[in-house]
Amino acid sequence: MDFVLDNILTIILFFPALAALVLLCLPKDKVRWLRGAALGASLIPFLLSILLWLRFVPGLEGYQFERQYAWYPEIQSTFHIGVDGLSLTMVLLTTLLTPIAILASFSISERVKAYMFLFLLLETGMLGVFLALDLLIFFVFWEIGLVPMYFLINQWGSEKGEREIWKGIKVQSRNYASLKFMIYTMAGSLGLLLAIQLLGVLFGTYDLQSLTSQWTGLDPEAVLLQLPRIALTVSQVKMVAFWAFVIAFAIKVPVWPFHTWLPDAHTEAPTAGSMILAGVLLKLGAYGFLRLVLPLYPQESYRYAGALAFLAVMAIVFGAFASFGQRDFKRLVAYSSVNHMGFVLLGIAAAARAAGTQDAVLAMNGAILQMFNHGLSAAGMFFLVGVIYERTHTRNLDELGGLFPLVPVYGGLLIFTSMASLGLPGLNGFISEFLVVRGAFGVGVNLPWTAMVVYTSIAMIGLLFTGAYILKGIKSVLHGPVNPHWSAPGHAVSEITSREILVMAPLVVLILVIGIYPAWILDIINKAVLTLFA
Amino acid sequence: MHFPFLSVIVFTPLAAGLLILLYRPDQKKAIRYTALAAGLLALALSAWVYFAYDKSAGGYQFLEKYTWMEQLGISLYFGVDGMSVPLVLLTGVVMVTGVMISWGIEDRPREFFAFLFILASGVFGVFASLDLFMLFFFYEIAVFPMYLLIAIWGWIKTREYAAMKLTLYLFVGSVISLIGALAMYWQTGLRTFDMLAISQAQQAGAFDGMVRIFGASVPFQVFWFLPVFMGFAILGGIFPFHNWSPDGHVAAPTAVSMFHAGVLMKLGAFAALRVGIMLLPEGAKFWSPLVMGLALVNIVYGAFIASVQTDFKYVIGFSSVSHMGLVTMGFATLTPDGLLGAGMQMFSHGVMTALFFAAVGMVYDRAHTRDIPSLGGMIKPLPLVGLGVIVGSLVSMGMPGFSGFIAEFPIFRGIWATPRWWMAILAAISIVVTASYVLLVVRKVFFGKMPAELEGHIHPINTLDKIALILLMLLMIGIGVFPSLMVPWIDSGVRQILSLLGGV
Repeated sequence: MDFVLDNILTIILFFPALAALVLLCLPKDKVRWLRGAALGASLIPFLLSILLWLRFVPGLEGYQFERQYAWYPEIQSTFHIGVDGLSLTMVLLTTLLTPIAILASFSISERVKAYMFLFLLLETGMLGVFLALDLLIFFVFWEIGLVPMYFLINQWGSEKGEREIWKGIKVQSRNYASLKFMIYTMAGSLGLLLAIQLLGVLFGTYDLQSLTSQWTGLDPEAVLLQLPRIALTVSQVKMVAFWAFVIAFAIKVPVWPFHTWLPDAHTEAPTAGSMILAGVLLKLGAYGFLRLVLPLYPQESYRYAGALAFLAVMAIVFGAFASFGQRDFKRLVAYSSVNHMGFVLLGIAAAARAAGTQDAVLAMNGAILQMFNHGLSAAGMFFLVGVIYERTHTRNLDELGGLFPLVPVYGGLLIFTSMASLGLPGLNGFISEFLVVRGAFGVGVNLPWTAMVVYTSIAMIGLLFTGAYILKGIKSVLHGPVNPHWSAPGHAVSEITSREILVMAPLVVLILVIGIYPAWILDIINKAVLTLFA
Repeated sequence: MHFPFLSVIVFTPLAAGLLILLYRPDQKKAIRYTALAAGLLALALSAWVYFAYDKSAGGYQFLEKYTWMEQLGISLYFGVDGMSVPLVLLTGVVMVTGVMISWGIEDRPREFFAFLFILASGVFGVFASLDLFMLFFFYEIAVFPMYLLIAIWGWIKTREYAAMKLTLYLFVGSVISLIGALAMYWQTGLRTFDMLAISQAQQAGAFDGMVRIFGASVPFQVFWFLPVFMGFAILGGIFPFHNWSPDGHVAAPTAVSMFHAGVLMKLGAFAALRVGIMLLPEGAKFWSPLVMGLALVNIVYGAFIASVQTDFKYVIGFSSVSHMGLVTMGFATLTPDGLLGAGMQMFSHGVMTALFFAAVGMVYDRAHTRDIPSLGGMIKPLPLVGLGVIVGSLVSMGMPGFSGFIAEFPIFRGIWATPRWWMAILAAISIVVTASYVLLVVRKVFFGKMPAELEGHIHPINTLDKIALILLMLLMIGIGVFPSLMVPWIDSGVRQILSLLGGV
């Protein structure tokens, strides 16, 4: 037991990858074994995360359960992992959603071995980002996570549809979506890579804590990089590096206008792929903002908080409008992610400008809780979309209709999850969105920062449209006259199965619990925010 | 009794090649098994030397010296340091996998393996040589069989043209370098080709004089560095003398392409390092900006050219030009990181490109076309080949978790540490370009729908092919996850080079 506790993070991090390798040895036609093994393997990190949660001491400065191993000493990079309140929340989200997504994937029957192998590798990739305390290790896991997702979308994504990828060359939509996702994200992380290289060369280390203090401690007017006739000062280089970091993370969150990869990727991905994409991968970007951008670039974050807030509000409003205009149920939910993640960035922007104030703390709490909450509700929504798609083989809102009497339990779950997405008081979404809005508004009024008041107000109007698209979604699918196609014997829509209810159950419970009694998670988040940012 | 590891490694392929020539042409089984045995022996000894090398002591180890021509100061002088021992290992790996891939050659396998092994001996010889004359001698031994191998067993459409172009380019390059080497020989006044002695003489100031040319006075090292370095760098594919390489790659038979891109181009880069940078360090420092600039063109231009190719082998050929540019760039930065990355990239790219060419060869043998638009759906009949190509693609785009990242990252760090830090930003463009073309090519060839003409013609690969692919993949993944499997060796080699550069 001591061994487990001493190395708990390493075990949580690498267990999925090792399980994936073991899975390779199983026969590929024993599908039930593969599914069971993958599910079992993914539950172990989840249980360990709960143990981690219980043993974690909230409010302590610095990181807990730290471990550091030599990895690439010649370039001064060590394998350094550790957890604090912020990353703990994200680790819990990841280890919770992965088994749920694997359970949701039981309906996949083609090449199950390869699918489960990629899924488990993906889990290690995501966890690595949240646990990394070395900038190079962060980058390694950041990029590694792209590869399994590329193949999951490419190979198990929806088979319908064609898109033109390059001058008359047409490929399947899922190929288009996966390539766009990969290239877009990689291009974004190029700036991040260059900036990390620069930091490593300048300070001879990649250790986050050490880098943060040294990087922020540089004299802004000193010359950092020299060209034949131009000398670039520290503040100039920092500005460019700031935007390099921001763009890489903004693409991932995604922040308008870098969001265009998302609707295609989410829509074409298989159900469980979308669950993890929206549930966890988007949070990697937001985590990057919190863990790297704000601590490394406090002055630049302060200066450009307005721009970030503006982009956040655009995401909220345009995401909501775009969602409202969709005819494809899955695409509607995909745009809703843009809409919800906008609140995360709004909270971050508010906190960046007003660092240290009570309002900033509230906004930050809201942002982090929104990351967790959206993970739950987005995973739930995508799963439910997948459920109905498997039965009706269409995501077209015009074709679906009046399904409630046919599938009442499913309908109930869909309404519940939609309400969570909408931010109904009593459910989790309300708590986080309220905190963000309260914090941002407070920042605007108390700082004072009029622009933020305007932004927040517009965001709240955006919330109105969030309600509009959610309700439109529910109406088109569940209410109205029953489309006789779905009740006809032969292709009648069948009720939700117990496996599918089992997938939704943990999400539903958590959504309700956080909505009514958020203290258990908000306390850890709050203490983390106070130690990190106040 | 000190076992002469390096001589055995160097001469085993040659001996095996000559032995194979003694067989009857129809004794194909005997030929193949002899070849495989020789390859495995060379690999086993290379691996032994690799793991027995003392990294903390550094310097040249496993030294063997046999005087050949006393009066001219030529001796058969072998030794490896941290930079060359991974390359010796690489040659062993490529030799074994090359033999495995060529198992099915029906057209005069006797001559094929004989020439291939003469080539291999030449390559081993260059990596292990500490005598300047013998380095050139082995270099020529490595280049000449390329002509025969490509012209006889190559792709019928362009083999003669490509073979001639390649051989002429490389011979001219080596002549240019040889002139520089001879200049060094005379300048030291020691009448020896012993590279360690020449190096010591250089450190003692033998090359600090001036050269008078057209009335101007140019420092000796500055004058001679360019011909010596560029002559060898031509084999390393440096722009604008890279043109022999893509045509050579495409025309050559599979195993020869594996050798060509996997090892031969590293030969050029390595010799440029050994003879150019290590013996003329002041020249290296002077010309660093130019060489970095040329390498930058390699990196970016190579990637763009690769992205518009429609022949699968040309894609890989130009991608090699781009990746070798990274090696040259790493060397040219003259920083610890850059040199480390370049050393790693030589091994990583060598393995990756060997895998790519092996895979292309397997596809071509079955589909009889390399035209990318005509290919598709290969992953179903050839899943392991597809997996190998996927892993190779991830390595080529520098994806973390694979050896490509372990190599590329320090190279970029090295660029940042020079006054030409802005080149890092430009070079990084190639990463995205590489990612896009490699993903598109892999997707088109291996996924999607197989064209009707190819249905039923794609028979699976045999066990030897599988072993070769798996070995190459494991190397790339292993080093990617555990860089400590190779980096400490290269690092000890780098430290030695840095001391020559005066701790730049």
